[in-house]
Amino acid sequence: MRNSAWRTAIPLVALVATLGACGAEPATSQQAGGGEDSIKVGILHSLSGTMAISEVTVRDAELLAIEEINAAGGVLGKKLVPVVEDGASDWPTFAEKATKLIARDKVATVFGGWTSASRKAMLPVFERRKALLWYPVQYEGLESSPYIFYTGATTNQQIVPGLEYLKEQGKKKIFLVGSDYVFPRTANKVIKAYAAANGMQVIGEEYTPLGHTEYSTLVNKVVQAKPDAVFNTLNGDSNVAFFKQLKSAGATAESLPTMSVSVAEEEVKGIGVDNIAGHLVAWNYYQTTENAANGKFVAAFKAKYGADKVTSDPMEAGYNAVYLWAEAVKKAGSVEVEAVRKAAGGIELERPEGLVTIDGENQHMFKTARIGVVQPDGLIKEVWNSKEPIKPDPYLKGYPWATGLAQG
Amino acid sequence: MTLTTERPVAKTPPATWRTRLQGPAVFATVAVLALVVAPLLLEPFRLGLLAKYLVYAIVALGIGLAWGQGGMLVLGQGVFFGLGGYAMGMHLKLVEAQGDLPDFMVWSGVEQLPALWEPFANPVFALAMVVLAPMALATALGALVFRQRVRGAYFAILTQALAAAFVILLIGQQGLTGGTNGLTNFFELFGQDLALDETQRVLYIVVAVVLGLLYLGARQLVNSRFGRLLVAVRDGEDRVRFLGYNPATVKTVTFAISAGMAGLAGALFVPVVGIISPALLGVVPSLELVVAVAVGGRFALAGAVLGAVVMGYAKTTFSEQFAGGWLYLQGALFILVMTLAPRGIAGLLRRRRKETR
Repeated sequence: MRNSAWRTAIPLVALVATLGACGAEPATSQQAGGGEDSIKVGILHSLSGTMAISEVTVRDAELLAIEEINAAGGVLGKKLVPVVEDGASDWPTFAEKATKLIARDKVATVFGGWTSASRKAMLPVFERRKALLWYPVQYEGLESSPYIFYTGATTNQQIVPGLEYLKEQGKKKIFLVGSDYVFPRTANKVIKAYAAANGMQVIGEEYTPLGHTEYSTLVNKVVQAKPDAVFNTLNGDSNVAFFKQLKSAGATAESLPTMSVSVAEEEVKGIGVDNIAGHLVAWNYYQTTENAANGKFVAAFKAKYGADKVTSDPMEAGYNAVYLWAEAVKKAGSVEVEAVRKAAGGIELERPEGLVTIDGENQHMFKTARIGVVQPDGLIKEVWNSKEPIKPDPYLKGYPWATGLAQG
Repeated sequence: MTLTTERPVAKTPPATWRTRLQGPAVFATVAVLALVVAPLLLEPFRLGLLAKYLVYAIVALGIGLAWGQGGMLVLGQGVFFGLGGYAMGMHLKLVEAQGDLPDFMVWSGVEQLPALWEPFANPVFALAMVVLAPMALATALGALVFRQRVRGAYFAILTQALAAAFVILLIGQQGLTGGTNGLTNFFELFGQDLALDETQRVLYIVVAVVLGLLYLGARQLVNSRFGRLLVAVRDGEDRVRFLGYNPATVKTVTFAISAGMAGLAGALFVPVVGIISPALLGVVPSLELVVAVAVGGRFALAGAVLGAVVMGYAKTTFSEQFAGGWLYLQGALFILVMTLAPRGIAGLLRRRRKETR
């Protein structure tokens, strides 16, 4: 009896001791701010949980950028050392890990986040500690934190051009379908204001919980309402079920086109190209976007991660973020946050999506809007673009119809 | 599977002066470690994390009471945690907005402060709701289901469904609750700047003291006549009924106490971590805490507290060391403890103590 108690106790004690050792280890091995010849940068995406499937690809793109910059000699003669943390698709965890990266690892900057909820959770951490976050995903606007650089599109670079395209095509009656969280709800607020001012009519607005997969009722509702087009702000897995049901209800891309703002190359693979070919999407970058920088990016990504991999808008925005930060550091001659912020304004780089300029005022990017059609091979072909980069306007101040939306 | 297959014999050892002093001595040592040594040794970031584990330990204490002592497997403590957390969060948001609308309402298209929010501007009302709202809900639920003799797995499933429904409700009402984002971006608590390390240290002490007091209170309860009745209800509800007691009352009171603890923990969580969101209250986080209690040892209140701290610490450490695969380690830790020591760490310690005596 006495023996068996010890037999169980010993492994447990060993386990706790190992735990303790693990916990104590970083305290000794990590020095502040990286070593003499290295600069630490944080990467904070969900590597587990529902968002992992999307966010892992952005992490990969950011690691690729870091590798390329190091191969070219690093920044200020120093190598970049990534410190990767898992946000676990859980917003408070994002805040905790951001604090850890800033306070313990003393990283020079953090690249991270995907969902708006994760950004909102991290925002107070970065503002309070005066540290920098580079956020790589299109979002709902109405925000401009001095300690965040937004390398994805804001509403006037994605949603508004998407609406303009639909209007141009003579689509008057719009049905809104979205996941139930802050991005779709805020985006739809913008869409309704635009529609009201432009002679369009919103004939339906439906939300489903994130991760929802039963769409037959909703699709019936949409089909019966007979809209000219559907504006789709569904996120993640829900798109798979939605497009399948839409197809089995007999709707085609011709009879009932949809405009999606959260479906990129990576998602098309998951949805199944048969279900979504011919439908419209709005982004700033496609794998097929033609220019020298993109050829290089796509080739390098496939070489590192596999020939079957695709590149998408958020990945490109994450990849850009690392380059833009590095450029600002070079210009500032230091990784010090205030100096980098000051130097960042006006920086111009040729990126895979075309020319990108940092707007020093709101820390968003000038980006070219592109409308695309999903092709039978799973890639996206551009059918329209805004000709030149659009100035970011997160509060839609330059749009008369949007007054009243943006008093924040 | 019955949920109470393992019944520890509630036999008090002969009360020599040694055994009498052992408990208080351990408690005093832990209190000194927590209140004096930890704030001196730990850097602010780690102290903040420890405060978070202790907050979870308060919820775990409630689970230990309801499940370990009372046999009620509560899988939805997130609901009560959330009620407390949101009551606190709403108050902090209103204080900061200073008469304006809280930030998330502005971008959610809400033009007027909802009536539900108005009373939360009053700190006394908000603090009262932190405990009263969860207790009222638990009492109402308990009065309904325990009288109907809903128990065992059915009760467990009911609490879990409640957590799932609560999350859907919160997410659906973005203008009222902040939706998936929850409430975040807090700057001050009763005039104190939350960003200061000093404030966070005081908060840590407050959390530790609250946990200590609740632990003593819960111990007192378990050792009282009521506590014995509770254990009796767990082990033979029908027999207790035949003896003339009403098990429904005993269970409802215990359930309400555990809900009140969860609510208080939720309120402390908000200033410590700086956010309250539906992601913290759903089925999975509620289950995680039950798992922590199982690991620590559900039959001892100290086991529940220990489990919450150990699992919290393990989660942080594993995810920092192995960002890619930490969830597997977390699961492995649970399986290992459960196979080697089905009564958790506390059960193991207790057995050892008995044998060496």
